[in-house]
Amino acid sequence: MKHLLWRCCVFVAALLPPPYWLYQAWTFALGPDPGKVLLERLGQGALILLLLTLCLTPLQRATHWSGWALVRRQLGLWCFAYACLHLLAYLVFVLGLDFAQLGGELQKRPYILVGALAWCSLLPLALTSNRFSMRRLGRRWKPLHRLVYAALGLALLHMLWVVRSDIGQWLLYFAWALFLLALRLPGVGRRLGHRAGTP
Amino acid sequence: MLIQIPPRSHCPSSEITPESVYLSRRRFLGAGAVALGAAALPAWARAETPRYAGVEPGQAPAWFAQKLADTRWQAVEAPGEAITPFRDASHYNNFYEFGPDKGDPAANAGQLPTEPWTVRIDGEVGKPGQYALEDLVRPHALEERIYRLRCVEAWSMVIPWLGFPLAELLKRAEPTGNARYVAFETLVDPEHMPGQRSRFALLDWPYREGLRLDEAMHPLTLLAVGMYGRVLPNQNGAPLRLVVPWKYGFKSIKSIVRISLTERQPYTSWQNRAPEEYGFYANVNPAVDHPRWSQKRERRLPSGLFSPNLRDTLPFNGYAEEVAGLYSGMDLTREY
Repeated sequence: MKHLLWRCCVFVAALLPPPYWLYQAWTFALGPDPGKVLLERLGQGALILLLLTLCLTPLQRATHWSGWALVRRQLGLWCFAYACLHLLAYLVFVLGLDFAQLGGELQKRPYILVGALAWCSLLPLALTSNRFSMRRLGRRWKPLHRLVYAALGLALLHMLWVVRSDIGQWLLYFAWALFLLALRLPGVGRRLGHRAGTP
Repeated sequence: MLIQIPPRSHCPSSEITPESVYLSRRRFLGAGAVALGAAALPAWARAETPRYAGVEPGQAPAWFAQKLADTRWQAVEAPGEAITPFRDASHYNNFYEFGPDKGDPAANAGQLPTEPWTVRIDGEVGKPGQYALEDLVRPHALEERIYRLRCVEAWSMVIPWLGFPLAELLKRAEPTGNARYVAFETLVDPEHMPGQRSRFALLDWPYREGLRLDEAMHPLTLLAVGMYGRVLPNQNGAPLRLVVPWKYGFKSIKSIVRISLTERQPYTSWQNRAPEEYGFYANVNPAVDHPRWSQKRERRLPSGLFSPNLRDTLPFNGYAEEVAGLYSGMDLTREY
């Protein structure tokens, strides 16, 4: 298998943070409200993984190293895994598994609805990321996976809504996302490849 | 496995100057002022022993240490409530002047100079003026009040404050017949308050809050200069903060430099930021939802990961018997 070590490293790097945070939460190293911190870190982790996943194609174009594309599916699935854990943390630590409350929360709090929609737009991507689905969907696979941009927009909106007093950190993520989207504009992407010596 | 990627604002614990060290100069100066006589009093010695477990002894100015001698301990109690550990109460704070994260205030507030400190009292009062903090506090005996503190973000704590009723101070300032509200302002000091230097802050500085005069005169409304038997840590609003236990925490303004009595309802920072979320009254009310956080229940801190300390929120944070009368005839779903 090509670049096995590289893929293993990415796997381990993505795997380790949640158990480590859980351990920290367990020992109160995250402060007196560990559930809340865990929730925030998982959400941020999912967003960062989503942005990293979207970095791979431009990196591949710019450097021609095949290793980038090899971990794209893996990182995308890790993003979904973090999003699932984030959702689980919300259900357990915020709602206290009181599902009767969930309906009301979805109706009353748009940022929760937007977060749920972001998760919903990642779900079909995760489900169709295997070879069998790729074969079955054929030419429809690619348009379906453009849903990732919807997920990104919804996730950023979800996070913006949570900000209480300082928008600085959110702006960093937003700028990163804009940059990645700009790289995908037809003209820009071609030039990126050209500069790196694309034929 | 202990890989930590601390935020840039964090400094390693090895670089943190212990509070006792960086305050020792002040203590030295302060001790000179009271001379050795005060130190020899048995009351002084008693004040030095921490009354609560895990309390880092703060280095108090001389006037504060003297006040401890005739403090009325446990003047107000919270029966059946466990007191939040000092470490949590002093390391889990919203004080946006020092940064947006809960840990930022404890990390960044240490260098704020709180001595000397002056408070301006003005507006509709007979005796306006600029007062040194010790002069402001001198005529009042300190009381310890164990209050529940409820944040609008749905977490809560139980904290033993040290202070005196705001009413006593207001009476001394002699409000005129026009005075109907009290407005408060926090210090502006961008040099020592990194949150005020942020270009992306959504709040405007100075942080401002206000109360109706009868709320301000209510015996539960406290001006605090200490907590857990010691001076206020900077991150908790040193050297002078308000505590209004039946309202959400953001009403309890920290590091006060100005108290104005006004005829009109004062401007408040959070109301300006998002009026549909942060009303002027901000009474703790499980029946009125905040757009982002359900207020029916709260997490009493510390709250374990798999033993979340969730409990139902009480109207007026459990102080309804004392304060509900202030709002008779008002529709609290509109005046939230």
